[in-house]
Amino acid sequence: MTDFLFQKTNGLTDKQTHYCPGCTHGIIHRLVAEVLEDLNVVEETIAIASVGCSVLSYEYFNTDSIQASHGRAPAVATGIKRVFPNQIVFTYQGDGDLASIGLAEIIAAAGRGENITVIFVNNAIYGMTGGQMAPTSLVGQKTSTSPLGRNPLLAGMPLKMCEIMSQIPSVEYVSRVSTHSPLAIRQAKVAIKKAFENQRANRGFSFVEILSSCNIGWGLPPVEALKWIESRMISYYPLGVYKDGKDLE
Amino acid sequence: MGKELMKGSEVVGASAILAGCNYFFGYPITPQNEIPEFMARELPLNNGVFVQAESETAAINMVYGAASSGRRVMTSSSSPGIALKQEGISYCAGAQLPCVIVSVSRAGPGLGGILTSQADYNQATRGGGNGDYNVPVYAPADLQELSELVQHAFYVADKYRNPVMVLIDGTLAQMMEPVELIKITYPEIDHMQWSVTGRKDRKNNHIISSIYLVADELEQHNHWLSKKYEQIVNLEEKAEIYQCEDAEIVVVAYGTSSRIARTSIDNLREKGVRVGMIRPISLWPFPFSAFENLPCCKYCLSVELSMGQMVSDVILASKFKYPVTHFGRVGGNMFTNSELESEILTRMSEVATND
Ligand SMILES: Cc1ncc(C[n+]2csc(CCOP(=O)(O)OP(=O)(O)O)c2C)c(N)n1
Repeated sequence: MTDFLFQKTNGLTDKQTHYCPGCTHGIIHRLVAEVLEDLNVVEETIAIASVGCSVLSYEYFNTDSIQASHGRAPAVATGIKRVFPNQIVFTYQGDGDLASIGLAEIIAAAGRGENITVIFVNNAIYGMTGGQMAPTSLVGQKTSTSPLGRNPLLAGMPLKMCEIMSQIPSVEYVSRVSTHSPLAIRQAKVAIKKAFENQRANRGFSFVEILSSCNIGWGLPPVEALKWIESRMISYYPLGVYKDGKDLE
Repeated sequence: MGKELMKGSEVVGASAILAGCNYFFGYPITPQNEIPEFMARELPLNNGVFVQAESETAAINMVYGAASSGRRVMTSSSSPGIALKQEGISYCAGAQLPCVIVSVSRAGPGLGGILTSQADYNQATRGGGNGDYNVPVYAPADLQELSELVQHAFYVADKYRNPVMVLIDGTLAQMMEPVELIKITYPEIDHMQWSVTGRKDRKNNHIISSIYLVADELEQHNHWLSKKYEQIVNLEEKAEIYQCEDAEIVVVAYGTSSRIARTSIDNLREKGVRVGMIRPISLWPFPFSAFENLPCCKYCLSVELSMGQMVSDVILASKFKYPVTHFGRVGGNMFTNSELESEILTRMSEVATND
């Protein structure tokens, strides 16, 4: 018998991902897939892919999947979850998708307390379209549409989605985690697992924001990009559990 | 069951449920609020699901999600709301998801007015979503036909794996008529080959998507979709031909307008005027074949509650053999029988002088 120290999870397909070297989307995919395997729900899961770098995530998750239009993943998730309340349904969305064009859908799905899991990948930029300013881009951050750096007088301050989501009464769980170090990645998995366990136990809407790197979009080498998460993003986007349990009267 | 006095909106809801639709997603807008209200009341009684969405955009995307299960799903809205649904309808067409959209048109453009109108002919038949796609559109003229076409729409949607629209207006949605709700039986269509359910013991994952990043693959997909649309054009045209054998002037009218036109034709026929009507029931595919046998036609009048959106289809159908003009009122107004009859008589006298 061989003892395996590490094995690819059956929550992922064998397809090679298209992500840029250094991007943490791949790590986040693996964490989600491992959790699905750990909970033994791969065969009953429906993944909702969004529009962004992760648009093809349906090729990587070894589950039935629906590819949604830009920002509408929570509405699509609502539709299929209402048909199959016993299946596990999750959305996988970037910050442009969730915190800009899809704000209405994410807030409204949370408002209804849909029993779904939301994986929110915050890389502070529009990766897929070539590095434009996102609602989560930091003050001073240079992007192709904020060439002088994000100016809060013109673009306002970056949106803090966990803080916003935790104000919504019917939301069960809100947590912000990161991918900048092995420890952070292990902690991220704990939060993701909790978010899926909640759904399985019918506890309701669970939201995990994952700080993620876009070394290409940020114009940094991969290791520097991870350091940038640690030194710049976490101070503005503090990690931790923002909500655990609905506010019911 | 016998006939019951019902409101158009209720007929939509009751007929959808009769067709096995258990899922409805909608957003309030006049003059179709009674449809979601009916569904909110009735669906939970049959273990169905009603969700009031946060917008029409969200509603059509909920439809997209729910339709991925292969179950029968519906949404309804009115003009500005249908405008918001167009992106989602294009996605449904691209991903080949069957679903039914009921459009209750009101006067536009913009916020327009809440009174009846047929100014959404182009919106329905041409759509506003991106890409090469088509949506079959059915336009009933009375509530009995509405009940039948709602059921038919679900069948056609399933048969071709494509969204289907039922287009009525404020008048048909709000009026009451005696209706007999009869369940129509259609061949069963199995969606197990593609529907998203969670993989269970299947070997392959089912994926619903409209993205094809390789040009050749998308081109192949476009050709496949076009083949379906061609089939729909060949098989699914529907029209009523009324008093056209000897008609010198042919009125083309659908939905509410055709009801007024029918009375006018009957009135004029009593006076010996040779007038008839083609009533398109499918607006896309437009019933071109109904125009093939009009031996005496010298003039076509496109009668609609818009500024003449259907005229271009009627001109195509005419093959330029006779003139086509438009008659109608807009803004929420309806023409009267005497207004239409005097228009027909004027056109008739023009035709006579030209002879
Ligand atoms: C309606 C619509 N608008 C714009 C786009 C173009 N678009 C594709 S991806 C994207 C941004 C995605 O950014 P984000 O959600 O942050 O994900 P990332 O690519 O960074 O992972 C945009 C604007 C689109 N596909 N559809």
